[in-house]
Amino acid sequence: MSFHLILFLIFGAVCVGGAINLLAQRHPINSALSLIAVMAALAGDYLLLGAEFVAAVQLIVYAGAIMVLFVFVIMLLNAGVEEETKGSRVAILVGVPGMLIGGVLVAWVVLLRSGTEAVPIGALPGHPIDIAQLLFHDFLLPFEVTSILILIAIMGAVVLASKPESAAGKVE
Amino acid sequence: MNPMLNLWLIPVMPLAGAAINGFLGKRSSRQAVTAVALLFSGAAFAMALLVAARFSSLSLPYQEFFAHWIRSGTFTADFAFYLDQLSLVMLLVVTGVGFLIHIYAVGYMWDDPSYYRFFSYLNLFMFFMLTLVLAGNYLVMFIGWEGVGLASYLLIGFWFTKDSAASAGKKAFIVNRIGDFGFLIALFLLIKHFGSLNFQQVFGAVIPLPAETAGAGLLTAIGILLMVGACGKSAQIPLYVWLPDAMEGPTPVSALIHAATMVTAGVYMVSRSHVIFERAPVALTVVAIIGTLTAFFAATIGIVQTDIKRVLAYSTVSQLGYMFMACGVGAFSAGIFHLMTHAFFKGLLFLAAGSVIHAVGGEQDMRKMGGLRAKIPWTFWTMTAGTLAIAGIPGLAGFFSKDEILWRAYQASWAYWLLGLVTAFITSFYMFRLWFLTFFREYRGEAEAGHDHGSHSGRDSHGAHGHSGIHESPKVMVIPLVILAVLSVLGGYVGVPGSLGGNNRFDKFLGPVFHGSTLVDAQHTAIGEKGAPEQETEGSEPKTKTAASTELMFTAISVLAALLGFALAWLLYFRSPELPDKIAASLSGGYQTLLHKYYIDELYGALFVKPLIDGSTRILWQGVDRKIIDATVNDAGDGLRHVSDEARHMQSGNIRSYAGWIAAGSAAVIAFMIWMWTGPR
Amino acid sequence: MVPLSYYLLLSGFLFACGVAGFLIKRNIITIFMSIELMLNGVNLSFVAFAAHWHALAGQIFVFFVMVVAAAESAVGLAIIIAVYRTRETLNVDQVNLLKL
Repeated sequence: MSFHLILFLIFGAVCVGGAINLLAQRHPINSALSLIAVMAALAGDYLLLGAEFVAAVQLIVYAGAIMVLFVFVIMLLNAGVEEETKGSRVAILVGVPGMLIGGVLVAWVVLLRSGTEAVPIGALPGHPIDIAQLLFHDFLLPFEVTSILILIAIMGAVVLASKPESAAGKVE
Repeated sequence: MNPMLNLWLIPVMPLAGAAINGFLGKRSSRQAVTAVALLFSGAAFAMALLVAARFSSLSLPYQEFFAHWIRSGTFTADFAFYLDQLSLVMLLVVTGVGFLIHIYAVGYMWDDPSYYRFFSYLNLFMFFMLTLVLAGNYLVMFIGWEGVGLASYLLIGFWFTKDSAASAGKKAFIVNRIGDFGFLIALFLLIKHFGSLNFQQVFGAVIPLPAETAGAGLLTAIGILLMVGACGKSAQIPLYVWLPDAMEGPTPVSALIHAATMVTAGVYMVSRSHVIFERAPVALTVVAIIGTLTAFFAATIGIVQTDIKRVLAYSTVSQLGYMFMACGVGAFSAGIFHLMTHAFFKGLLFLAAGSVIHAVGGEQDMRKMGGLRAKIPWTFWTMTAGTLAIAGIPGLAGFFSKDEILWRAYQASWAYWLLGLVTAFITSFYMFRLWFLTFFREYRGEAEAGHDHGSHSGRDSHGAHGHSGIHESPKVMVIPLVILAVLSVLGGYVGVPGSLGGNNRFDKFLGPVFHGSTLVDAQHTAIGEKGAPEQETEGSEPKTKTAASTELMFTAISVLAALLGFALAWLLYFRSPELPDKIAASLSGGYQTLLHKYYIDELYGALFVKPLIDGSTRILWQGVDRKIIDATVNDAGDGLRHVSDEARHMQSGNIRSYAGWIAAGSAAVIAFMIWMWTGPR
Repeated sequence: MVPLSYYLLLSGFLFACGVAGFLIKRNIITIFMSIELMLNGVNLSFVAFAAHWHALAGQIFVFFVMVVAAAESAVGLAIIIAVYRTRETLNVDQVNLLKL
């Protein structure tokens, strides 16, 4: 029972619990908070694997910005308890079995192929300097493109979410 | 070796004329159309004369290769032409008589609104007929065979707005097709057993074969099937029913196609295939029997017909029967001789009948004619020449040809001869009946000055022109009549038999065609004919005085029969014209039967036509076409629509159902990918 | 020492939960959050493999995934706001005007 394993199990339990809670809760704000918990636990997992930069970015961007945005929107729209409407039968009848099958398949392959190779704690240190080395040399183009992507996203979000009267000319 | 005769030009000339008139004729003047039509058919005739002039310098048979056609394994069939004495005779007859009839038709059809179409079709017919005659293999001959059937259909139904004409065209084509079916099977048999349809190759392979005297065999089958084809094309029993109806077409068409040329294609084909027939005695007997019976049968119908063209139509069927009788007893050159003289006098008779019809303003019923002798003298004298010729009056063409056939028939069997003789008597009778009814006594019709053209009941609808009264035809129509009359009188002298002091040059001319194959024909050995070098003819040059005098005796008997026919006609239609009606009343059963052509048309209708149409309507149309084919197509469309109706429920607009499908789909993709990576190892 | 398969199983479980949430939930925002959960599961998988194969490119890819997720959630939430304005509801079953 190594320390690594214990830590992994703790973080893993939080992830699993948060995910299940997200499904179980009826109010979206509760689901959002569960998701934040999941992300935090995942950040811990990243640290266990040595990806320190990624872990930090996870907490700052994902848990700190995106989820906050979610919470803002929930509160803005005053989302209430989820109604029980009769939706599509297909989703349950076809989708869930599909998902289960997919999941089982993946799990089976994973277990079949990966065996018991162990990943030591902090296996691949992801120092920012190494990350930067790769990012700005080998992956420069995608980096620049993503900046444009964010720009577009910002513009789109502004346009889409603005009040209809002022955006009437632009949107229509 | 042989100079290049460019035989292919002969059929192609009229084809060019047909194409030019067909495409450009509608907007051209009548004169232009006439010029084109006469130019190209005349050119064909001129070329035929050129070929005849150079004929003696050729080594025969002359074969000309035009183009490749079928090369399939070991079977080849090309567009090839073949010239020997037989083809030359046919060629001259077709182009010569054809050209004369073209000239005549210029006058006859002048007032017709579809003038250009007529000449286009007529030239087209010439093209096909010449292809048939000059063909070097059965397949090219078949092209011509079918093509003349097509041209016949087009021309019979020329006035297609008339129901009766359209039906007659259809009837001709369909009955012809039945015969063609037999022809085709014969071709298939030839291909299978001899590997070729080329005349030289087939006949070369057939000649060494023994005669099938023990009954049925391959050659007998081929022979009988070829005869079936000939029955269709040449209107013999049982496929003759189309020819009388074919009189719906314009008279030049009747003259050219249904008297002089197309209907003789069957005789030509049988003669061309004589090596096959000579080795299949059963087939030959079939030919003879059919020919004889048809000759007699058609003649009996002819005696009561009232339409002038119908009489001539049945007469044609009857005379064709004579030609087949000749072929059936092995006297092929006699049959071809009669074909040639028949082209002359029957063509003449039809053209003259057309002239008569033109003169009386479209009337075709002989009961409404009469007394025309003085009014249309040229027509009268030329028609007289034709009538004398067909009746077999000595001195004219028909006499020599018919006599030779009867003599050779007698040598085969007295039954043929007897029926042939009786038919000759009947022929003479109905022809003179026609002659008396049309030209003598007083006029019984309505086409005098100042009448209304629209009131007559004639079916030949061209009679509406300006001048009134009975008038002679224009020169353009009369001149061909005169030329044909001269030929009818003099044309027989190429075939004067030895018994009458002649040389029978015609028979000798055709000798190399019909000789040169071992004749295992018991009928011929009766006259002591021996196999000999080329100068031996298959006609019997009488070697003994007794044979000659017997032939003379038979000749005298046939002349007697002809004169008896004349006498009977004179009695019934000149001296005592009230007698025919009395006889008809007293023998009314027989009379009605003859009048209704032995009810054969009704019989065919009930036996074949009605069941076919009923079956076609109920089974093929409503059953197969509607219930199976239409239903399949409609159901395919409907089914597709139903499927897509169900499928569109997938587009429910509900995001979650889309998500469900995506999940299922992605599971499938994952499964596939896993299978690809882990499966085939 | 934790075997690689543990990380992968956890990742797969998170992904499956995300799909299930997508299928089951009726609130648009909750569905969106399920999508984020899926992305996170995938990120974990990337980092685990990067560690296993000593390929730093895996972590770089995680970085990009996060960027894209951020952009996507911004735009998506803006759309949700726009839809809420017109349809007055956050129930995805009632946003079905595109049905045939």
